[in-house]
Amino acid sequence: MSVPSREDLIDFVYAEARMLDEGRFDDWLGLWAPDGYYWMPLDPDAENPKLVTALMYEDAYLRKLRVERLNGARTFSQKPRSRCHHVLQRPFIDAFDAENGVFVTTTPFHYVEARLDEQFLLAATARHELVLDGGALRIRLKRVDLLNPEAAFGNIQLFL
Amino acid sequence: MSRYADNPAAVRALVRPAEVHRDVYVDAEIFDLEMKHLFANTWVFVGHDSQVPNPGDYFTTEIGRQPIVMVRHQDGEIHVLYNRCAHKGTKLVIDRTGNTGKFFRCPYHAWTYKTDGGRLGMPLRKGYDGTRLEESQSGNDLARVGGVRNYRGFVFARLSREGPDFESFFGESLSSIDNMVDRSPEGRLEVAGPPLRYMHRCNWKMLVENQTDTCHPMVAHESSAGTAVRIWEESRPAPDAPKPMAIQVIAPFMSSYEFFEKMGIRTWPNGHGHTGVHHSIHSDYSEIPGYFDQMKAAYGEDRARAILGENRHNTVYFPNIMVKGPIQQLRIFIPLAADKTLVESYIYRLVGAPDMLLERTAMYNRLINAPTSIVGHDDLEMYERAQEGLMADGLEWVNVQRLLEEDEDHDTVAVGNGTTERQMRNQFNAWVKYMTVSMKGADL
Repeated sequence: MSVPSREDLIDFVYAEARMLDEGRFDDWLGLWAPDGYYWMPLDPDAENPKLVTALMYEDAYLRKLRVERLNGARTFSQKPRSRCHHVLQRPFIDAFDAENGVFVTTTPFHYVEARLDEQFLLAATARHELVLDGGALRIRLKRVDLLNPEAAFGNIQLFL
Repeated sequence: MSRYADNPAAVRALVRPAEVHRDVYVDAEIFDLEMKHLFANTWVFVGHDSQVPNPGDYFTTEIGRQPIVMVRHQDGEIHVLYNRCAHKGTKLVIDRTGNTGKFFRCPYHAWTYKTDGGRLGMPLRKGYDGTRLEESQSGNDLARVGGVRNYRGFVFARLSREGPDFESFFGESLSSIDNMVDRSPEGRLEVAGPPLRYMHRCNWKMLVENQTDTCHPMVAHESSAGTAVRIWEESRPAPDAPKPMAIQVIAPFMSSYEFFEKMGIRTWPNGHGHTGVHHSIHSDYSEIPGYFDQMKAAYGEDRARAILGENRHNTVYFPNIMVKGPIQQLRIFIPLAADKTLVESYIYRLVGAPDMLLERTAMYNRLINAPTSIVGHDDLEMYERAQEGLMADGLEWVNVQRLLEEDEDHDTVAVGNGTTERQMRNQFNAWVKYMTVSMKGADL
């Protein structure tokens, strides 16, 4: 595509969440621009993700590490595996810059992660900065703001 | 029925030279006694003074089960008070941090106190005329802890009015805090952002013991650090390509047993100790441009080399914090129940040093110690499996025997093989001491 439609942007956000929920992590890794970052701040006011602790700030290498670790024989905290489930609100389209090929959506969502007999619920908002790369939409930044990043959590093992 | 309260002999019997009884990890009464005795008799970390930079700034926390507020007074001094109005018991402040101005004003009946704990007043004071209010506890100051010490920015408190003073409790172990602070060209640290907060369904002592457990990284962390090394080797652009910061941080967790054996462990009296006497997983980080020149200008070349040549891995300050000098990180293992522990991981900025050092510190914190960390995930999995496994009645003792020597004397400083469990034994030696010293019948 040369210019995506608004529906293309919304479909992209939904398709991304579906890949995570269905455990299609290799497909998910393919959604990213080469210089893309996944960012989950700890401090909601943080402007520089590098100079203050974040919950996650992951480039292509770290995202791949997280996905490949899931396949390991000795990945003890993932024996058995976790599963996740997203319920998305319809994404807001906050920027639609066709000229520069940059598009921004904001999507409030609920996320459930389950393993063994337990599950937990997180409320969060995802901000996607999408770019056109070889005619396809790719993620340059996915920023996930938890409703309560300051709270104490147990293991959060998958991508929100 | 109480088995351990005011029964120091029974508490002592839980710790043998080579093993400890599972009750130290699972028993609710033992946990209650830890809160009452151990956390009152020892110097416990409260916070860093940069968390309360201005007069009136406060930080609320707990020591054991006691609600505590650390506050900076008008004269700049830090005070540590019980967060409890002397009137009806209401917590004076509830936010984690804030500024209370020149005084605390209780939100219930507006009784007021200065930020050094001194009483000020209350509305309708004449209602107390002739009631001899000043003779009751409520007519006086806020309760203060038994002792407070601000050591180079790190504020510790002892609840008990009696016990060892700060210097004799920590002794030479303070050299690890010194090294962390000295790494700032200005000799000063500042807290960098909020702490990671990670909930663990296990006993707090498992986490403290893990800080000097050097036989687990290459096993428990194979899935994270091992995969990290493999992906890097597969994708490395050239054989001598410099390792990116993330690889430098994670890869050393896969170091060999030999590496950890040679790194060495030092133990100090009162349960303190550290790994990484000779080298550590932090030794091979790449140099940060400009930093050494700043250190040289501040300290002179020899002293700068000595400060940066010290690469201690984890220093345990008994009972419940760990400090990483080369990373400027402090982790506090907050006991909530026999099987519940909150871990808070703070990082600090070296004032006057390049930002890239803080970038590495922040990266270490999130990659290793976050609830979203793939390294932390496997640690927590091990602790929680242990907490459940300990309920098995077939075996009641937990082994801490590795490289045990005959007649170990924990009142002296010792340096040994980096895979010894001597530091765990040292902790339990101090545990018995500070659990029983204030029990009735302790002298029997």
